[in-house]
Amino acid sequence: MNRRVVVTGAGVVSSLGHNRNDFWSALSAGQPGVGPIQAIQRGLLRFPNGAEVRNWNPAVYFDEKEIGLLDRFAQFGAVAAREAVADAAIEWTAGLRENTAIVTGCCVGGQGTEDEGFVNLYRNNIPRVNPLTIPRTMENAAASRISLEMGIVGPTYTVSTACSSSNHAIGQAFWMVRSGAVEMALTGGSEAVFSLGFLKAWEAMRVVSPDTCRPFSKDRRGLILGEGGAMLVLEPLESARARGAKIYGEIVGFGMSSDAFHITQPSPDGAARAIRGALADAALKPEDIGYINAHGTATQANDVTETAAIRKVFGAHADRLAVSSTKSMHGHTLGAAGAMEGVATLLSLQHGLLPPTANYREPDPACDLDVVPNTARAAQVEYALSNSFAFGGLNAVLVFRRATV
Amino acid sequence: MSYEELTERVRKIIASAQHLPQEKITPDSTFAELGIDSLDGINILFAVESEFNINIPDDAAQNIRSVRDVIDGIAKLLEGGQAGQPVSA
Repeated sequence: MNRRVVVTGAGVVSSLGHNRNDFWSALSAGQPGVGPIQAIQRGLLRFPNGAEVRNWNPAVYFDEKEIGLLDRFAQFGAVAAREAVADAAIEWTAGLRENTAIVTGCCVGGQGTEDEGFVNLYRNNIPRVNPLTIPRTMENAAASRISLEMGIVGPTYTVSTACSSSNHAIGQAFWMVRSGAVEMALTGGSEAVFSLGFLKAWEAMRVVSPDTCRPFSKDRRGLILGEGGAMLVLEPLESARARGAKIYGEIVGFGMSSDAFHITQPSPDGAARAIRGALADAALKPEDIGYINAHGTATQANDVTETAAIRKVFGAHADRLAVSSTKSMHGHTLGAAGAMEGVATLLSLQHGLLPPTANYREPDPACDLDVVPNTARAAQVEYALSNSFAFGGLNAVLVFRRATV
Repeated sequence: MSYEELTERVRKIIASAQHLPQEKITPDSTFAELGIDSLDGINILFAVESEFNINIPDDAAQNIRSVRDVIDGIAKLLEGGQAGQPVSA
C-alpha cells in the first residue's frame, strides 16, 4: 500500500532571513545572502565571503539554560521545525506523537562548539572541556531537541552523508510516510559552518570562491559556504485533506546511488543513476520533469558533471528543462542544502515562479543548460527534481509535484 | 636556494606525498603521468606551502599540471618575498 505524501508545513532559517517568507522573497527576487564573514576576524582566511545567518539572537527563541545545551546548528534546526509545525497547524495527540518520525540531515554537527572547547584545551591550557560539548556536538542534537520540545516519540534519527544529508533524510521520511510506517514526519536538516578550524580546512580544499557563487557561469570560482536550517512536515494526502490542511505540494519519488569512483571527484554516472532511480520511484518519464533545482555548487567539477548527468538522463528533453541553482543565493549549507532546496522547489511549484541562478555572467559550453540566469521566471511546472551530490560520491534526488488538490 | 636544490626538495615532497620512488619524478613529469588527481594535487600543495612557508593562491594552484609548474611557481613566490607573509583576504 503506497500512500500519496504531501508537504503541509515548511520552515527555513537562512542567510536570506529567519523564516520561510524572507527566504522566498529573496529567492524570487534573485537576491543573494552572501557577504563578508562576520564570525571570523578578517585576514585569517583566503576567502572573505559566506552566506551567514545574520543578526541571530538565540535568546529570541530559547531561554538561557537551553542555549547552553544547543549549538548554533541545533538552534537553526529547532527554529525551522517550529515554523514548519506552526505552519502545518498540527493538533498533537498522544497517538500522533507516537506515530510521527523526525529525520534530519547534518554533515558536521556542532563543530563550532568543539572548536571552542579545543582552543581552550590546546592553546589556552585549560585542562577541562565543557561537559555539554558532547550533547551540543552530536549530529542528532537538532533531531533530539525537536523531539524533546514537541514531545514527538516516534522514530527519530539523523543521516550524515555530507552534502546529500538532508536529501537522504527527506527521502527516508518520505518512504516511511508513504509505506504507512508512520503517520507524519518532520524532516529536513541544519548546519552551522562558520568556525575558524573548519573554514581553514575548506580553504585547503581550494574549492571556495574568493568572491561569490556563480553556478554554471564560465567564470565561476567555487562554492560559497552557507548556514541555516530547513524543515518540512510530511503526511499522507488523505489525512491532510481530512483535516483541511494547506498543501504546498507532493513528494512523489526518491532515488539514491553511490559513485564508487573517487572520494571527492564527482561522476556523471552516479548522479544519473540517482536521478533515474528517483524517476522510477515516482513512475515518471524524464519528459514529465519541467524544472530541476540543481546541486549547482559552482565548483568547476560539479557543474560540468551535473550538466553531463542531466544530459545523460534527459537526452533532447534537457534543452526543454529549466535548471537553476539557488545555492547562488543561500550558499552551500552542506547537510542543510537538500532541505533548503526542497523548500525552494516546493515554493517554486506552488507560486509558478522558478528562482534564478544568481550572479550568472557568462555561458559555459560545458554547462549548456537553461539555467534561468539572474531573473526568476514565471512557469507552471508540474514535476520538479531536487539534486544533491556529496563528497564521498553519495547521491540523493527527490521528485516533487505541484499541489493538485 | 639554487634551482637544483629547489627541484630536489619538490621531488622529495611529491615522492613522499604520493608514495612514489623519487627517481620516477622528473621536472618534466606531468601530474597525469604520475597519477596525481585533483585531491592529491591539493595535498601536495599543502605540503609545499608548509615546507617553504608560502601561500599559493587558488588561481595559481588551478593551473598547476606538472612538477615544473610546482617548481616555477614556488620560485616565483620566493622571489616575490612571499615567504612568511600572512595570508591576505
